[in-house]
Amino acid sequence: MQGMRDFGFFMRFFMFFFRDLIGCYKCLKYMPFYRIRLASSTDFYIVCLSPFKEINAISIDPPNIIIKIRGLSFSRGNRLIFDNISMDIERGKVTAIMGPSGTGKTTLLKLIGGQLKPDAGTVHVDGENVHKLSQSALYDLRRRTMGMLFQSGALLTDLSVFDNVAFPLREHTSLPEVAIHHLVLLKLEAVGLRGARDLMPAELSGGMARRVALARAIALDPQMIMFDEPFTGQDPISMGVLVKLIHDMNHALDMTSVVVSHDVEETSSIADYIYVISDGKVIQSGTPVDLKHSKSAWVQQFLGGVADGPVPFHYAGAPLMEDLMQDAK
Amino acid sequence: MNIGDKLQAIGKVTLNRFERVGRGSLFLWQILLSLPYLIQRPFLLVRQLYYVGVQTLLIILVAGLFVGMVLALQAYIVLVDFGAEDSISLMVSLSILRELGPVFTGLLFAGRAGSALTAEIGLMKSTEQLSGMEMMAVNPMQYIIAPRFLAGVIAVPLLTSIFMAVAIMGGYFVATEMLGIYEGVFWSQMQVNVDFYADLMNGMIKSLVFGIVVVWIAVFEGYDCMPTSEGLGQATTRTVVHGSLAVLGLDFILTALMFSV
Repeated sequence: MQGMRDFGFFMRFFMFFFRDLIGCYKCLKYMPFYRIRLASSTDFYIVCLSPFKEINAISIDPPNIIIKIRGLSFSRGNRLIFDNISMDIERGKVTAIMGPSGTGKTTLLKLIGGQLKPDAGTVHVDGENVHKLSQSALYDLRRRTMGMLFQSGALLTDLSVFDNVAFPLREHTSLPEVAIHHLVLLKLEAVGLRGARDLMPAELSGGMARRVALARAIALDPQMIMFDEPFTGQDPISMGVLVKLIHDMNHALDMTSVVVSHDVEETSSIADYIYVISDGKVIQSGTPVDLKHSKSAWVQQFLGGVADGPVPFHYAGAPLMEDLMQDAK
Repeated sequence: MNIGDKLQAIGKVTLNRFERVGRGSLFLWQILLSLPYLIQRPFLLVRQLYYVGVQTLLIILVAGLFVGMVLALQAYIVLVDFGAEDSISLMVSLSILRELGPVFTGLLFAGRAGSALTAEIGLMKSTEQLSGMEMMAVNPMQYIIAPRFLAGVIAVPLLTSIFMAVAIMGGYFVATEMLGIYEGVFWSQMQVNVDFYADLMNGMIKSLVFGIVVVWIAVFEGYDCMPTSEGLGQATTRTVVHGSLAVLGLDFILTALMFSV
């Protein structure tokens, strides 16, 4: 009888012990939140989803270049969009890629993201050749390193704001719903839209949609975010908000930002390095100050927004007089 | 335009068509490879079953009822001349089980659910939702296409069996209430002469094939459409036209294989 009771005590003790052990493990697994407080009112939270892997990654001295593009050529139909261009994008910096519309800046982002295949040349992201990877390895690389902010926001229209931001977390982590809830609210807080969490994408203004998309892009704390025309079609206030968010986020989260844009002023104000591309070539690269003092007439026309210059005002065609005379005949 | 140019144009169109068929086949293969993903995310399938299946139910019920009623009327007019109006249930049930059930459901499904699927997926493509999903490392084949495909393939045979049941009920109502056929004769004729495998099962196999083909066309057209409003309109039209033609064409082939002696 005594023995039975002892056994019962033992089993109960063992069960409690075991339950607490699991509890501790869960805590450890989900605990490592890092909080970074900025001088401004905006707070950023990072969750480290796999602490051990992350520590390993840090212990290896990271190469300074996150994206390495060499001899990239790409054409659509008969039109050559990129002709043998090379670029390096540094880790932890804001790099802008500027150029007139139609020069394939978005295409460049899609080439970096592995959604398009180049005709020639290589793109290395985080040391891996994007276009040589298998599909699962490519998805793994995207999940690990890349976030992308589309011009339209590309929010999933059948999900609410909250679910949109939660989407990558639900797909790629096994976090419990409570942790996802907290994380999503923190990400939305960072872009100032915590109060809009129950709205549907159709109810958002363009600027709000882009901020929600930004919250979604940083949900998994990627090493790098590619911004596709983040400032286009924004009113001055939301433009200012976006400029500030991109700048702050880059510094607070130690992220790499690639900003594709043709808004000269806003982009130069946050960029550490700028590539100017036109007609499939890199015309000039350098810091914003370098570009301002550039001797290239083309760059001066682009930065100054002058109507006529090396980029002609008129679309190529026969001289006006000749054209008129032909009609008269 | 001289003959050389014309030949070249014809060749180009033909090549494009074949290329599209090839792309469609690869697409189907990719869908099949993506299906196991649904084991982890069954709620995606359930939701699509609701959109694709349950929301098509009303049109299937109404159409089935009227088809069965009309069929009974027409059969009576022909059969009564030969004094064979007792066979009305045989005529109604066989034509519905073998042909009209699967074909009508296939056509209605292409028009109601197929076009909606194409429009939805095409709009997702043109608003960059599919691209965005890819960049979030979520495969749209798994998350968007596979559940819609499987839901369609499951829904069409179920809808077909409902159509068949309702149509026979409609025929029964007209035959017994309006035309005065004795109830017992109606059911016993059917019981004796309709074979479970030869008639009902063949009809169900047909409906399964129609389901696969129509949903395949619908999701492929959506995924492959030009991401403009014009391209989207064309893709939706193509879904209905190609889907309906595929149903009718395949129906002939399947009938020839199943019922010709």
